[in-house]
Amino acid sequence: MTTAPGPGTRFEVVVKSDCPTCEAVVPVLARMQAAGLDVVVHYQDDQAFLAGVEQLRDDRDLERSFRLAIDTVPTVVRWEGTSETGRVVGWVRAEWESLTGLEELGPDLGPWKPGCGSNSVAPGMSEILMARFGDSGLRSRAIDVAEPRDPVEVAFDRGWSDGLPVVPPTPERILRMLTGTRREPQEVVGLMPPDLVPCTVEKVAINAVLAGCKPEYMPVVLAALEAALEPNFTLHGLTCSTCFSSPVIVVNGPIAGRIGMNWGVNALGQGNRANATIGRAVNLVVRNVGGGRPGGIDRATLGSPGKFTFCFAEDETDPDWETLATWRGIPPGRDAVTLFQGDGVLGVMDQGSRTPDALVRSLASALITVCHPKICEWGNAILVLSPEHYHIFKEAGWDRRRITAALHDACTRPGAEVVRGAGGVGEGVAESRRDELVPKFHPDGLLLVRAGGQAGLYSAVLAGWPGGRAKEDSFPITKEIIP
Amino acid sequence: MTSPTWVLHDPTSELDPIVRPRLRPPPSLEGRTIALLDIGKIRSDEFLDTVEKELRARGLDVLRVAKPTNAKPAPDEVIHRVAGDADVAVVALAD
Repeated sequence: MTTAPGPGTRFEVVVKSDCPTCEAVVPVLARMQAAGLDVVVHYQDDQAFLAGVEQLRDDRDLERSFRLAIDTVPTVVRWEGTSETGRVVGWVRAEWESLTGLEELGPDLGPWKPGCGSNSVAPGMSEILMARFGDSGLRSRAIDVAEPRDPVEVAFDRGWSDGLPVVPPTPERILRMLTGTRREPQEVVGLMPPDLVPCTVEKVAINAVLAGCKPEYMPVVLAALEAALEPNFTLHGLTCSTCFSSPVIVVNGPIAGRIGMNWGVNALGQGNRANATIGRAVNLVVRNVGGGRPGGIDRATLGSPGKFTFCFAEDETDPDWETLATWRGIPPGRDAVTLFQGDGVLGVMDQGSRTPDALVRSLASALITVCHPKICEWGNAILVLSPEHYHIFKEAGWDRRRITAALHDACTRPGAEVVRGAGGVGEGVAESRRDELVPKFHPDGLLLVRAGGQAGLYSAVLAGWPGGRAKEDSFPITKEIIP
Repeated sequence: MTSPTWVLHDPTSELDPIVRPRLRPPPSLEGRTIALLDIGKIRSDEFLDTVEKELRARGLDVLRVAKPTNAKPAPDEVIHRVAGDADVAVVALAD
């Protein structure tokens, strides 16, 4: 039971016009003031509906609502000095009467009427108010930018961009991004090469903002970075290499659909926010946190467009298909990323091979070009099977295991054809292998992924980094996505 | 208007790069130990074999050091061996 208001008692009430309950309690507020109570009323939008009420305070910037932690209006808060001694949310006559010590309040209102959502907890608003009035908790260096400077140009000038405009990393956006993960902002994800700097979740979130991610992409970005930081992904070597490659990210599991990733039409192309920005965020972290910049430690001779971003999901719509993640040890139904050290896309157009054997030979003829047609057991590869090509295998009862084995066989070459100098080409394998049958790929070096639009007897080869020749040291990594 | 209108948080490591001045090349290799570092690239050894032969023909001391693989940074012991036991290093950097 609340004690009766004394000389030091005061009240603060938060209301907004866009709330029938707030409108309904206007006579109650007037009566409290008429009874001599010290009542300040904060309005969040328009004060016109508060006729007859005094001591109005403009709270359209929502600072007082934020500081009082208001989530519903009307809310009445009672103070004794600087101590809050009571609070009522919405209209509950008995509680208002107890709090104010007045009887028969709001006789026309009924005993109970729920309130409405406070403007301070509208979607996206809590991060804005936290950044504006609270302690954001962010530890990264803050940089003030005054007009007329354009923050996008500031990001370019400071070297934060991959060459395309970035989203300015304001505290509101960073806090919103951090809502996408349960992990603490200062948790260290790992030491980011090439500078081997501790990379916190907060730094990942800032770069995810730059990239244009939504908060719900954060678990995928974090899992991709953790996979990239596995020693045997050899991110340092991949970054500083003269070769073309960068992380290629394949996403499996329900999360792909939940965050709107594309595995269908134009799966390897532009136009899907999740595909585009997840891959971009990973590369921006390597650039900004790790210090891996072209012309610095990134010594790519030519590079490739995949160094901006290369991320897509696998088509899991056929329950007969063993997904890439499951093939690589993740239990079915779980979310996972597979990181592959890869190049751009080599399209394989074959509209004539209509049997599995013919199609395997055809696809193998493209796969053997990875790195160079005469280089073997150096680079790994992803073969992206389109629905129409996959249909040929499925109709014949071939599964992932059988297709992979057949491709390995079809890519194996007589040594005499691939030794250095054979065919008048200097490149090739060692002369000592002339009498061997030389596999193109290591046993685990060929990955199949299903993706693509329904029409088109096309598939795609994603060539791997020659670092794959050190198969015990450098290989693709699959990691489960943990929210 | 000069008051801040945007606050941005730094996406970088915030490491102020400390650029250390490079050591000046010695005026002469006389009496120096020269490390030949093989970073694991193809045919590095052929190149360094030739360099070693030329250096030894001049009566110079040579230290051969190798990274286990070019795919990863040099292990600490390799870096310490070059820094501690040699005065000059030649790195075979490419194929």
